[in-house]
Amino acid sequence: MINKIVNSAAEAVADIFDGAIVLIGGFGEAGSPIELIHALIDHGAKDLTVVSNNTGSGHVGLAALIENKQVKKMICSFPRTANSTVFPDLYYKNEIELELVPQGTLAERIRAGGAGIPAFFTPSSVNTPLAEGKEIRIIEGKTYVMEYAIKADFSLVKCNLADRYGNLTYHKTARNFGPIMCTAAKTTIVQTKKIVEPGEIDPEIVVTPGIFVTKVIEVTNPEAESKLVAEDRRYPCR
Amino acid sequence: MSITEKKIGWDRNQMAQKAALDIPDGSYVNLGIGMPELVADFVPDGREVIYHTENGLLGMGQVPESGKEDPELINAGKKCITAIPGACFFHHADSFTMIRGSHIDICVLGAMQVSQEGDLANWSTGKPGAIPAVGGAMDLVAGVKTIFVITQHTTKHGDSKIIKECTYPLTGKGVVNRIYSNLAIIDVTDKGLFVRELAPDVTFEYLQQNTGAKLHQY
Repeated sequence: MINKIVNSAAEAVADIFDGAIVLIGGFGEAGSPIELIHALIDHGAKDLTVVSNNTGSGHVGLAALIENKQVKKMICSFPRTANSTVFPDLYYKNEIELELVPQGTLAERIRAGGAGIPAFFTPSSVNTPLAEGKEIRIIEGKTYVMEYAIKADFSLVKCNLADRYGNLTYHKTARNFGPIMCTAAKTTIVQTKKIVEPGEIDPEIVVTPGIFVTKVIEVTNPEAESKLVAEDRRYPCR
Repeated sequence: MSITEKKIGWDRNQMAQKAALDIPDGSYVNLGIGMPELVADFVPDGREVIYHTENGLLGMGQVPESGKEDPELINAGKKCITAIPGACFFHHADSFTMIRGSHIDICVLGAMQVSQEGDLANWSTGKPGAIPAVGGAMDLVAGVKTIFVITQHTTKHGDSKIIKECTYPLTGKGVVNRIYSNLAIIDVTDKGLFVRELAPDVTFEYLQQNTGAKLHQY
């Protein structure tokens, strides 16, 4: 029998090892798997390379993971956000690496990683500093830059509904990087607002097919990052 | 005396209105963060325009009523929005397929500098130590069919933002099609910068004096 449901966030992230490459879903707080990130803070794996569009805000979620010195390198498109001070402070002190990637290139590198495509050519960033040192190719008269796929050890993703096979649906613009991140990691760990019986999600509307998912935990009432930030909350609580 | 002190030309809303008038009925449009967002308020009645936001929504609607915000329904600027009837959600790779694959008709962006050849700089001043952040700007200029720039004509120090060659790091080379500034609407063509419309009380000579590149008249 296939049953991807695990009982706790701690159990879900227990295998994440030091030095792992971890994809973390979310665009700002929408889709950020905050309970899984907090479990990763409790777990303590360090020297992580984290791929996520932003770098978190306040002192919870992704920002707290960075503040806890567990992240060696961030790969992202927009490391500045409102209420984002943790990453900038470490960056100015040279205590964290940054690989800046155009947002669409970031998405396509992850998609390619999941699809078995090792690299691709894109027009984005041609003639800019972000293309420096990269292979350039002219195809049908237009200039492109080569970008490598991103393949990860783990991905942490938030969804709305899941069944024990790992079939997923998402909520509005919280979908963002989730579906592609599910495909691009050896182990994909998902937190869902609700677990349903197989068949309850219409096969016509499944967004992430269960084959891409390894573990599912139910978090019925996930914390809202902006609310925690507004209350000046920290993780771990001090 | 700087232009802002003289208070001639269009204000922000008038600039947005000028850009909105040039968006045809039926267009798929991506609006950048800041002044470009104002453009949506001025699309003339009778035109249907579908707004794309790169974080995964086609059919972005108005700002929600107070108390009805959903933190998981946001735009690229991470502000709460609504979805119109007929909207659809999709993941990031699909969203940038729409952008990079030239399915979006028009993108309206802000600018730090625009060159006479349509090069755009709008993501970094290149100052050492500053944290670079690019978002989707490079993908938008590389893929969207038509790029409008909406910007003040000069910086707050009075330097022209429209110049021979950008000194800031580029977002894209030869990508801008039209500039809407507080002083004029300017087309970027193979033959140089052509003034399409002057704001009230702005003469061609005054515009040229405040522009760091050669302007042409149609």
